Amino acid sequence: MTITMYGVAALAVLISMALSMIRAFVGPTVFDRILAVNVSGTLTVVLISVYGFLDGRPDFLDIGLLYALINFIGTIAVTKYVKFQDLGHPMEGPDEGDV
Amino acid sequence: MFDLLHTPLGPLPLADWISWLFIVIGSFFAIVGALGIVRLPDIFSRMHGAGMVDTMGIMMILTGLMFQADTWIVVAKLALILVFIFFTSPTTTFALARAAIHGGVNPGPTVEELVEAKVIEDPQLDTKIEPTFDPKVKQEAKPSNT
Repeated sequence: MTITMYGVAALAVLISMALSMIRAFVGPTVFDRILAVNVSGTLTVVLISVYGFLDGRPDFLDIGLLYALINFIGTIAVTKYVKFQDLGHPMEGPDEGDV
Repeated sequence: MFDLLHTPLGPLPLADWISWLFIVIGSFFAIVGALGIVRLPDIFSRMHGAGMVDTMGIMMILTGLMFQADTWIVVAKLALILVFIFFTSPTTTFALARAAIHGGVNPGPTVEELVEAKVIEDPQLDTKIEPTFDPKVKQEAKPSNT
């Protein structure tokens, strides 16, 4: 019975990831692609957690936590790079550096 | 535990019922949010779908997993992921929205433009809302305090 529960969660997460991947491929602007990849990465955290429970090894949660951290930093970095064409320093003015 | 609740597949403990509830609600909102990402018209409304996936979908599914944990450390790790997503999801959306406005994405007409184009009636607001952030006006660089 619990296997079915995890199966439902994993199936819903996979469907959501497929739908957001459609937006990542179709998306007219680069921001749509960033948004879709961010959502897909956040859903991967849940998929890793659910798989850990499904396999009876909740140690997978460590990997999920790490993936959440990397996903956030990656999204902020890509957004800043798209906005400023630079990761190092702000272009002009003190208010322009923050993303 | 509580074996009172009988299902066609046998008795189901109360924790499993709660997990089922959270996971079904979370799966529903995750799929609806992903549909919103695909079908909504522009980037700013698509962010609403992304926020739906992050807030309702993922948080509900992780809360449902919490009731299946064997030890407290697993609950603590799940709560850590929840807190992290709770803080990073609005941050990412804010950064992306600001980058999109700076990047030239049209956020749509304002209320004044809609009134002028006779699309809607004048809402007759008592207080005029001043825009706090206008990307077209270049903000002057303040002198940095040294």
